[in-house]
Amino acid sequence: MKVKMADKISAPAIKIEQIHKHFGDLHALRGIDLTIEQGEFFGLLGPNGAGKSTLINILAGLLKPSRGKISIMGHDVIDDYQAARLSLGVVPQELVFDPFFNVREMLRFQAGYFGRGRENDAWVDEVIESLDLTDKAHTNMRKLSGGMKRRALIAQALVHKPPVIVLDEPTAGVDVELRQMLWTFIKKLNADGHTIILTTHYLEEAETLCERVAMMKQGEIVALDTTANLLSKLPGKNLRLNLGTASLPPALLPMLKNGENGIYTLALTELNQVEFALSALRKAKIQVEDMQLIEADLEDVFMSLVGGKSGQYESN
Amino acid sequence: MNLIDDLISPQWRGTYTLFKKELLRFCRVAFQTVASPVLTSLLYLLIFSHVLESHVQVYKGVPYTAFLIPGLIMMSLLQNAFANSSSSLVQSKIMGSIVFVLLTPLSYLQFFIAFLAAAIIRGFLVGISIYLVALWFVDLTLVHPLWIFVFALLGSALLGTFGIIAGIWSDKFDQMAAFQNFVIMPLTFLSGVFYSIHSLPPFWQTVSKFNPFFYMIDGFRYGFFGQSDISPWLSLVVVLGFLLALAWAALKMLKSGYKLRG
Repeated sequence: MKVKMADKISAPAIKIEQIHKHFGDLHALRGIDLTIEQGEFFGLLGPNGAGKSTLINILAGLLKPSRGKISIMGHDVIDDYQAARLSLGVVPQELVFDPFFNVREMLRFQAGYFGRGRENDAWVDEVIESLDLTDKAHTNMRKLSGGMKRRALIAQALVHKPPVIVLDEPTAGVDVELRQMLWTFIKKLNADGHTIILTTHYLEEAETLCERVAMMKQGEIVALDTTANLLSKLPGKNLRLNLGTASLPPALLPMLKNGENGIYTLALTELNQVEFALSALRKAKIQVEDMQLIEADLEDVFMSLVGGKSGQYESN
Repeated sequence: MNLIDDLISPQWRGTYTLFKKELLRFCRVAFQTVASPVLTSLLYLLIFSHVLESHVQVYKGVPYTAFLIPGLIMMSLLQNAFANSSSSLVQSKIMGSIVFVLLTPLSYLQFFIAFLAAAIIRGFLVGISIYLVALWFVDLTLVHPLWIFVFALLGSALLGTFGIIAGIWSDKFDQMAAFQNFVIMPLTFLSGVFYSIHSLPPFWQTVSKFNPFFYMIDGFRYGFFGQSDISPWLSLVVVLGFLLALAWAALKMLKSGYKLRG
């Protein structure tokens, strides 16, 4: 599945300059600036309402910006929208489908909208096979399971061989097996030369896949760096304790990140706090059933940057 | 259609694909989109011709059943051209699948042409089916076939365009049904499908002349009998005027992305 790069070879895959979007009184995007180079695996993170989907929709031409410019592979999404859209494949978040057609028909139509004819059928079949959809190629979209519909949506974004692919929450609501399959598939696309932009609120997903991430909050980018750099900015560790039916002693409450069903996570700034925690537990005569020392993750970085309660974002 | 696929040039392939998809969409539910309106028209024909055949003669030498058939053909052709573009657009907006078209490089003009062409084809398919079945009931001669074709084409284009406007504007099926039941249906029934406007009181004759459907049906009927309530040239000018006005409005909506691209 090697990708052929579009005409403007030296241009960034995505260039976003001072993008603003207003919905009535709501200022949904507040001057976003972002450049994503060709071949990057980029993550766009943020809670619901942060503006991720609004930004993606402007990129895809589904929304118009109130102000600012976006280009894809050097093509402006408004002034040169046809070239821009030829360079972009979008996997929408919702499981949308056309109920009148089967998988192969739908994919051929999608390729046709991009000006591709029967010479593209072999590629369509290759995409179908890569996503394990061969058995379902003649099945009506309506009759596919949620996971199969998700695969068909990904296939739909690839039929015109775009160099830039946007996946908007691709693993939301899918089971572990399919998530792993999709991760492998997306990584392969990136290895083959596609630029990948992934929006997710699964922080572990971004940590596993993305080389660089932007964190958004209330229409602004609050952090933009490589995943490794962001993680290194937070040297602390977490102590996860399983206390069974016992409650956490009051002395440890200031360190509490989250706690549920007897499992508590404490944020440590220094390693000697482990001894302090254990001594507090001994004093309270609480028996520890299990204990783990874990590295800080993107969720910690995110929390330290945007505030809010830990555990608000899902980790799989 | 494979041969056409190969012949079509790459810059028109997007438009052709969208047209083909729209065509297949209504063919997949042909009982609902073609057979059902044909049956409805035949029921009108059976009932009205049975009741009125011996009582009414609208044009000299033209039996009432023969008079009725062009009106019924045109009524179904117009209603189905409207239904095709409007229901397809509303359905794909509600289901979200419109996004697959909006993400592509198709221009607003290509979008318009594809939806319009599919609406015209469905209108013609329903109209021709009714005509062929109606031949069992009465011998219909075509005095001016070119006029028949011109009014069928312009009428289905006008209603197909109106369907695009209604489909873009409507956010739910209820709103589209309002277009169908409160605009299309009354205007077709009051346009002279079942009668000549000369049989109406002067006030209602004047009112009828503000109804664009009257011109489409009267002009279409002229092609069958060489007789009509008004000159077919006047009907042609009025229908063309309405078509251009609606096409301008639809293209303006599509170009601005009204209710499609926020």
